[in-house]
Amino acid sequence: MPDPVLALRDLTVEFDTEDGVVRAVTGVSYDLRRGEVLGIVGESGSGKTVSMLSVLGLIPVPPGRIVSGEALFDGEDLLTLKGRRLREIRGGPVAMIFQDPMSSLNPVLTIGDQIGEAIRAHSRETDEAAARARTITLLQLVGVPAPERRVDQYPHELSGGLRQRAMIAMAVANDPSVLIADEPTTALDVTIQAQILEVLKTAQRETQAAIVLITHDLGLIAELADRVVVMYAGRVVEIGDVFSIFESPRHPYTAGLLRSRAPLDSDGAGLEPIPGQPPSLISPPPGCPFHPRCVQSRGREVCRTELPELRAVAGAEHRSACHFAEELAGEARA
Amino acid sequence: MTELGYEAGVELETRSQWAYVRIRFLRHRLAVGSLIVLILIALVGVFASQIAPYGYDELDIENASKGPTLEDWHLFGTDQLGRDYFSRVVFGVRTSLWVAVFVALVSTAIGTAIGAVAGYYGGKVDNLLMRFTDLVLTVPGLAVLLTASVFLGSGEPLQIGLILALLFWTTIARIVRGAFLSLREEDFVDAAKAAGASDLRVIARHMLPNCVGPIIVNATLAVAAAILVEAALSYLGLGIQPPNPALGRLINEGQSNGFELWWLVTFPGLVIVAIALCVNFVGDGLRDAFDPRQRRVRA
Amino acid sequence: MLSYAVRRLLYSVVVLVAASFLVFTFVSLSGDPLGQLNLVPNLSEQSRQNVIDAKHLDDPIPVRYAYWAKDAVTNQFGTTLLGDRPILPDLWRVMKNTLQLVLIAELLAVLIAVVIGVYSARHQYSPFDYAATTFSFLGLATPAFWLALILQVLVVQVREATGHQIFPIASLSSVDHEGGLDFVLDRAHHLVLPVIVLTVASVAGYARYMRASMLEVINSDYVRTARAKGLPERTVTMKHAFRNALIPLVTLVALSFGNLLGGAIVVETIFSLDGMGLYFYNALLANDPYRVMAWLMVTATMIIVFNLVADLVYGYLDPRVRYD
Repeated sequence: MPDPVLALRDLTVEFDTEDGVVRAVTGVSYDLRRGEVLGIVGESGSGKTVSMLSVLGLIPVPPGRIVSGEALFDGEDLLTLKGRRLREIRGGPVAMIFQDPMSSLNPVLTIGDQIGEAIRAHSRETDEAAARARTITLLQLVGVPAPERRVDQYPHELSGGLRQRAMIAMAVANDPSVLIADEPTTALDVTIQAQILEVLKTAQRETQAAIVLITHDLGLIAELADRVVVMYAGRVVEIGDVFSIFESPRHPYTAGLLRSRAPLDSDGAGLEPIPGQPPSLISPPPGCPFHPRCVQSRGREVCRTELPELRAVAGAEHRSACHFAEELAGEARA
Repeated sequence: MTELGYEAGVELETRSQWAYVRIRFLRHRLAVGSLIVLILIALVGVFASQIAPYGYDELDIENASKGPTLEDWHLFGTDQLGRDYFSRVVFGVRTSLWVAVFVALVSTAIGTAIGAVAGYYGGKVDNLLMRFTDLVLTVPGLAVLLTASVFLGSGEPLQIGLILALLFWTTIARIVRGAFLSLREEDFVDAAKAAGASDLRVIARHMLPNCVGPIIVNATLAVAAAILVEAALSYLGLGIQPPNPALGRLINEGQSNGFELWWLVTFPGLVIVAIALCVNFVGDGLRDAFDPRQRRVRA
Repeated sequence: MLSYAVRRLLYSVVVLVAASFLVFTFVSLSGDPLGQLNLVPNLSEQSRQNVIDAKHLDDPIPVRYAYWAKDAVTNQFGTTLLGDRPILPDLWRVMKNTLQLVLIAELLAVLIAVVIGVYSARHQYSPFDYAATTFSFLGLATPAFWLALILQVLVVQVREATGHQIFPIASLSSVDHEGGLDFVLDRAHHLVLPVIVLTVASVAGYARYMRASMLEVINSDYVRTARAKGLPERTVTMKHAFRNALIPLVTLVALSFGNLLGGAIVVETIFSLDGMGLYFYNALLANDPYRVMAWLMVTATMIIVFNLVADLVYGYLDPRVRYD
């Protein structure tokens, strides 16, 4: 197995708030392999975005704090980077696309200006004319029609889909090895979502980058992802390749997520949501974080008292953090 | 569905919204301290007659032009006619405070009404009202107040208060209008209308409670602004006139030639600053209490 | 951008005309020119009738407005109530003086406030930030007229103690000076205290606003994107954060211009400066509605022009409004 391009090891991130210390991410470890699409799934508050923001040093400190862990990129621990080296990585080898393109783009600067500065920040020799030319090429790549005109327009003059394409163009401008996409389609209309999916696929083809796809949308995962990381309450609860996860989930939360989708062939039978609420991250109770809502647990003692470890449950590639993962084998998906 | 073991021992306390506001306000020590000071000052104003050692216009030529001293309780000194300035300030505080509160209440009432109507109905009504507000703002407020005072005023505190209120409403109107314009789009408004509520009922019982925060904050800040403006008017001789006490007037009367009796100008002014400062701190604390800005971090 | 400017200009003209009617009606309804006339002893009936004819006081308000408007445009705002002295020349002279005072104060206030605001936001909760916040609160709680008086008191006390007067406390210029550079320096010396008073009042408000605006922008998504692109921190602060944070301040400055002119009334009265403020005060004390109206119109024009400039600056800074 070749080295992963990005490896998170035991990452723990906390935030100081009015009500106490929030543990957004606890002991998270996973690998991102070269050229793959890794989907990270979870609800709001699961820690999926925070773990990736930490990698690029985008967590505001204070009130945030990286308590421990490493983020190894080609042997370098990104979490220890500061100053010039950090800026070289950001927007260069590791790039990020954010959720809401309307608020993530500067409203008073043109698209061309914003993409151009990303280019020129990483290659000092590029002058304005060259940057502009490359910007137009990038816009063409992501499917923006009439790019020569669009390059001088402001974000508010573009539709949501075009704005997101522009953001993607900005992220791939410097041929990244890792492309982090944080909920890239959540803020868009459903019809546009499919288009953006295609753009992401194109981007990956062109750059051969590994993509981290953060989302709560299982459909997106099914379409794009090679492997999946499932997060809950700031921890990784299951990892595996997309087929195994969808066909035989080995964690009650994952199973619950899959069950709660409405299948196309349903006859109007009721939806099955996961009951309850995610736990408070301020003083998490002992034991498995999911147990209050877990159907599988059935109130067993060990779930309440012992934190389950992430262990291989169906071949080395498929791991789950559940004391009773074996019991889930054989349960067909909905 | 089998019974699920919800976490035992995790108590969810639900408090009313007002309780949360109160808790957050009490965290601001500065605001709480200022509130206490204000209450004390208000009490001094209410019990002015009992607290002031001398009358407002009580002359005492023998003790004229004395600096601040503990002798005879002339804490703020006396003027050329021997009038005790501490007493004068105490009476002045009473008038200035109640006029300021009056202005804040009346202007808030007017401003809320106009802003609510403009924001709720939108369209032409809103346009008309806002153009009118803009027009009122094309002339400096102080100039309008001075003009009104000269041509209409009689120096009575109540009338001055009304004149001030008629200019102060524009700020609160803007804010309420803005709030209503966005609240108008909320579903609960449609729900109320669908249930047959009249426009007035929707505005008063459903929408207004949702912008109580900014209204209260602005009303508080208006008190401070009113005190400052009224003091300026009275100083210029176009506000509250004798025999009614007024802090601004005291400063004017304290201007002797060459500023020899500097305490006459200083102390009434310090009192004005103290009141305005405390009111502003309280207003700021209220603003934070109604709208805490939490730094959102999406997981 | 050009069509935006033209639109704002036309709108301003309409507002000006509307404001003039409002002002006229307001003053005519509240003031009674005849009232003042009646106070003059030994006024002959003929003189009284002359004034009534000249000012058309017998006619209804809209008619009077029409005459007045015509007068305003063609005859330099006509003449004062008593004494028939032309209004415009005086007004023009005092306006220039006030503009000096007010524009210097405003410029200074904006510069200082921006620097304080940006620095406070970047170094939140630092001692500087707390000091700046305290200063802002004090500035907002201090009446301008009182601050002016205290400054005068201080200068006088220092003079009593040391025999040396650091700043003049009255009037625009000394009686004895030569022209040219000496005149400019002398004028500047006289303007120091008045400018301080006006600037303090403005800075207190602007600095807090700038700080709040800057903080909001610094925590925005697009600033996060700028950092994620690997831009140097200085570029992030100036090119991305600062420019966006400045936009709301433009609106505040525009809205506050009226307050500044109001402050000028107070400051000029206290420092005996021959400006519009003092002119207005005297006109009020003389109960002369014609001077008062002329003043209100000129002031309204100044405010409208200032707002127009602010609108243009806003349009330049924020491309979103250019297309509405």
